[in-house]
Amino acid sequence: MKSTYILGAMAVAGLAASAASAATLDDVKAAGTIKCGVSTGLAGFSNPDAAGKWEGFDVSVCRALAAAVLGDAEKVTYVPTTGKTRFTALASGEVDILARNTTWTFSRDTDLGFDFVGVNYYDGQGFMVPKSLGVSSAKELDGATVCIQTGTTTELNLADFFRANNMTYEPVPIETNAEAQQKYLANACDAYTTDASGLAATRATFETPADHIILPEIISKEPLGPVVRHGDNQWGDVAMWTLNALIAAEEYGVTKANVDDMKANSNNPEVRRLLGVEGDLGAMIGLDSEFAYRAIKSEGNYGEIFDAFLGPNTAIGLERGLNAQWTQGGLLYAPPFR
Amino acid sequence: MTVTSGPPAAEGFRLSQLIYDTRYRSTTIQVVALFAFMLGVGWLISNAAQNLAALGKDFNFSFLWNTAGYDVNQRLLEYSSQSTHGRAAVLGILNTLVLAVVGCATATVLGVLAGVARLSKNWIVAKLMSVYVEAFRNVPLLIWIIIVVAVVNESLPAPRDFRDVETGAIVLTNRGAYFPEPLFSRGLGDVDLGLFKVSLDFLAVVALLVGGFYASGRIGRAADAKQAATGVRPNVLWFRLSAVLLPLIAFLVATGFHLGYPELKGFNFAGGTYVRDSFLGLWIALSLYTGAFIAESVRAGILAVSKGQTEAAFALGIRPSQTMNLVILPQALRVIVPPLISQYLNLTKNTSLAIAVGYMDATGTLGGITLNQTGREMETLLLLMGFYLVISLTISFVMNLYNERIKLRER
Repeated sequence: MKSTYILGAMAVAGLAASAASAATLDDVKAAGTIKCGVSTGLAGFSNPDAAGKWEGFDVSVCRALAAAVLGDAEKVTYVPTTGKTRFTALASGEVDILARNTTWTFSRDTDLGFDFVGVNYYDGQGFMVPKSLGVSSAKELDGATVCIQTGTTTELNLADFFRANNMTYEPVPIETNAEAQQKYLANACDAYTTDASGLAATRATFETPADHIILPEIISKEPLGPVVRHGDNQWGDVAMWTLNALIAAEEYGVTKANVDDMKANSNNPEVRRLLGVEGDLGAMIGLDSEFAYRAIKSEGNYGEIFDAFLGPNTAIGLERGLNAQWTQGGLLYAPPFR
Repeated sequence: MTVTSGPPAAEGFRLSQLIYDTRYRSTTIQVVALFAFMLGVGWLISNAAQNLAALGKDFNFSFLWNTAGYDVNQRLLEYSSQSTHGRAAVLGILNTLVLAVVGCATATVLGVLAGVARLSKNWIVAKLMSVYVEAFRNVPLLIWIIIVVAVVNESLPAPRDFRDVETGAIVLTNRGAYFPEPLFSRGLGDVDLGLFKVSLDFLAVVALLVGGFYASGRIGRAADAKQAATGVRPNVLWFRLSAVLLPLIAFLVATGFHLGYPELKGFNFAGGTYVRDSFLGLWIALSLYTGAFIAESVRAGILAVSKGQTEAAFALGIRPSQTMNLVILPQALRVIVPPLISQYLNLTKNTSLAIAVGYMDATGTLGGITLNQTGREMETLLLLMGFYLVISLTISFVMNLYNERIKLRER
């Protein structure tokens, strides 16, 4: 049988399969589209609109990236993933980037073999309960039935929270947001737990959002950000600096509307470098100098994206809070473009 | 390619004979197929190894001994979030097995009833069964599961609707059903078997029942012997009943047996035996769905028995119900059992849809949360495949033994 193995080895060497090869940027350019992993539908973050077109806060990250890399924000192939399938989808190369409210944790960054390219939303896990339940604090939830989305850090935080407070609960793990929502609304669970932003987004889709409250306890830190595969630093850099460009643009007052004007007339050297008028930052990450200009032109800066999908004027109605610029007392802080 | 062996031919051996000579052709094809298969397997393994290496991942199962960190709702063993991933996997496997066993049992009963009823002379009954079979066979199982669980969730009252309401022994809520639980006020305690604990009371009840039935059987055989010898059968019914019941009743009284009723405490009912909505929904949906397929096998089996058998039975004056039970079904079993095996296998594998409604089966724990938290896709999925394979092969093996027993002995 020895010859079989030798033949097998030769065949394998010849085929040199490479589902997860290193140069994602080249693959994306060759394919002419970015495969973007999104949620299966979470209002405000990634949700298909009435015409079936994906939109939302996380979707904008993919669109900005497509504008930066391929010059056209429409060149994105959306791959809906559940909390459970998302990492397998990314690891196997089914998606190039995961923009799907994914929490940045130590083990995901290291053991799972991914790289988080930054944080696009600072979040924390909370609880939503019907007002009629008469509960005002998560500490009163002893013995409650709690609906959770599986495949998230949520179930670990939940177990820790109840253990730390010496309380019991009945976990009901559900695969998708829609199913969990149906169970929660039918009172098959007393409480629904996920990231506070997700709760607000879910509540916004209820018939009577005012009948439900989000409890004040935030039981975890959930920095959500886009994820790429570990080991492809070039692609990671492209994603990271596209995200940073959106954040920096807000800091320097570059908007979708005035980006052309800024590009032509701004005297701020940082803005000129960001928009590719001075220096050649784009070439350093394998793109042209106008990558950030195109991303901003297509999607607007971070603040504009936030206001369009999550801000106080939307159904979700989230305040900026921790997600304000560092100059406004928030945590958003883009490293300098130089 | 060099050929090192092969029978020597009279006029010398030529390579082309491997294909054109019928003496060698089939061997050639088999050897080529074997090579192709080995190549395929080798390529798969090497591809997996390469990609794991590219991702910087190793291949080991040590994560099974790490702390799981998550909770599981239906626990047949002691388990907390501080237990290991391995234990969570065992818990999931037990949940899968429970669902599969009760599902197969009810699906068989439903299937046999529906299959027989579909051949009924009563037009309404026959057509109703056709509707049942067609409706369940032709709609995907996942949809049925979601529908059934949604009906349970939406139609039954929530636990908090029972506030200030007198509840009895059985409570039906939209989170599941609560039944009375057996309790022993002077129980014998538990015995720790390392992996799990077993109630000594439960073991004692089982032992008494087994002993009782054995004694009852002995009494029955003694009566048979006497009847054979003397022609008069002594009336031993009361002896047989008391052999089973008296020791059991004595034990239950001695240990202070009573039933614990569910009571509303806080958000949920406490006490009683809790059967979750997800379990109920899956059980009903799986039974109805698989039952529809079994019904068709049963119908086919009955139709396969020659009509002459029925007519002969009627001619002998056997009633229709007895004809079915004593003449038709035993012969039909030969045709029914082989497809029944694959229905049992289907049902068992279909339990993996459980996570859609929040039931923590093996796919939900090992192939779900554990996979996600540890990132060991290859290892967990291999374990999961191994588990389903073992279960399926066991079911097939047992059912094949049964099939062997009921097979028509031809002489």
